[in-house]
Amino acid sequence: MFNEIDNSLLEKIANLTGKSVDALNIRKDSGCAARQSTEHIEITEREDKRGIVIRIKDGTVGEKCYIPVIITKTGLQEEVYNDFYVGENCDVEIVAGCGIHNSGCNEARHDGVHTFHIGKNSRVLYAEKHYGEGDGEGKNVMNPQTVVYLDEGATMQMETVQIRGVDSTKRSTKVVCGAGAECVITERLLTHGHQEAVSDMEIVLDGEDARGRVISRSVAQDESTQLFYPRMVGNTRCFGHVQCDTIIMGDAKVRSIPEIAANSTEAQLIHEAAIGKIAGDQLLKLQTLGLTAEEAEERILDGFLA
Amino acid sequence: MLELKNITYRVSSPDGGQTILNDISLTIPDHKLVVFTGPNGGGKTTLAKVIMGLVTPTSGQIFYNGEDITDLGITERARRGISYGFQQPPRFKGITVRALLTIASGNESLSKDQCCRYLTQVGLCANDYLDREVDVSLSGGEVKRIEIATLLARGSSMMIFDEPEAGIDLWSFARLTETFEQIHQTRTATMIIISHQERIISLADEIIVVGGGELRHRGTTEEIFPLIMADTLGSCPVLSR
Repeated sequence: MFNEIDNSLLEKIANLTGKSVDALNIRKDSGCAARQSTEHIEITEREDKRGIVIRIKDGTVGEKCYIPVIITKTGLQEEVYNDFYVGENCDVEIVAGCGIHNSGCNEARHDGVHTFHIGKNSRVLYAEKHYGEGDGEGKNVMNPQTVVYLDEGATMQMETVQIRGVDSTKRSTKVVCGAGAECVITERLLTHGHQEAVSDMEIVLDGEDARGRVISRSVAQDESTQLFYPRMVGNTRCFGHVQCDTIIMGDAKVRSIPEIAANSTEAQLIHEAAIGKIAGDQLLKLQTLGLTAEEAEERILDGFLA
Repeated sequence: MLELKNITYRVSSPDGGQTILNDISLTIPDHKLVVFTGPNGGGKTTLAKVIMGLVTPTSGQIFYNGEDITDLGITERARRGISYGFQQPPRFKGITVRALLTIASGNESLSKDQCCRYLTQVGLCANDYLDREVDVSLSGGEVKRIEIATLLARGSSMMIFDEPEAGIDLWSFARLTETFEQIHQTRTATMIIISHQERIISLADEIIVVGGGELRHRGTTEEIFPLIMADTLGSCPVLSR
């Protein structure tokens, strides 16, 4: 059912290599190519819009749910709405991601809207990898929207990665943290050529002792452009930290606008943002260890985005 | 063997030029421990950087093991066995101590035990450091010791250390001098150490006093140390009055 291109995309975005997994839903070219529910994780088709509903029962621990999307037809454009209902006291991993192989001349686009409702004291690790390839002139476009509601004591660790191949992305993320809830967002991004990336993020620390952390690291090469707008809002006693680091190269342009907003005297919020080129002494050091200047640059970027 | 022949390094500035190194010729035989010492701004670091290829001399030639390496870049010199420990090492966001030691060793499957050995030699406990990033979370002394560990991991035939003692506490410093002594005794590498530390100076086969861009004195510890002491006191215009 899956050809070589599909398998390669699935491995790149979700590390799926054909081995058996827990819950699974593979969306290929706007259709369902594979679906598998488990005793604790139920995946069903949405009736009102395109997309799926994932329901994870209370107390589900140690299970993984894969929901990758692949597009191999040039010109295919879609909007997909996936809703996640994670019960109480769960500890699960959700692996999403989108891979586009566009060998035609028309724009391929996937706009995924993911909404999470995470129950009390549950812990979710959410990984999302975006990847584009293809020798056609058609652009690869991905505009993910993620909305997360964390109930009391819940934790969301969100790791997003987009390294090369995506011509245009507009990422929108909103997280609302209840009492004692924690969200940690790690964003890794590399743009090159004429690619554009926008990341708009809002983390609302709404409940007492909520904690939020954003760690964004990006590399902008060639003539690509990046815009970051992470906002951390503290409405009560809470702690929030936003850290954006960018390495800028070639003729790239980067804007980084972190915002912290406190609506309570008990909110403790910090932001840091830095944009700079690779330091000359870093390159020299690695050259003294026997690497060429090009190898040194690659190592520095690999480490930075690891 | 390392040979420097008539090395001169001049820089131009709006109010004329300045000679940083003036016609320096020097031979360092294999497996010797040589200390460059002398006043600040005298040219020690520039001379060491010329050997590594970090600074290109205006004129003169450099030979390493008989090969003219004057026109070779840093990478080529590193691959021929020259390594350099920076006085102020750079930090790397996202690169762990283990990854840096692995790069230095050139062995992608460098074991934890081997990493541990290098870190112990500079007075660091591997378990505390291997997975830490070489970033601003480390103190100056820690980064400095990791820098020295990268040279040990590299295992080159010529190791240049620029003020290895700077920023390192007394206890770790004692461990470090033992390591230098051990390398020297096992005759595994030639070492050039830029230092002002009496303990390091006392380990040297030869001391070279660099000042004003020239080699002012050369000799054994016994010959040179009294001269340094005299020079130090005599150089203060207030005390000499």
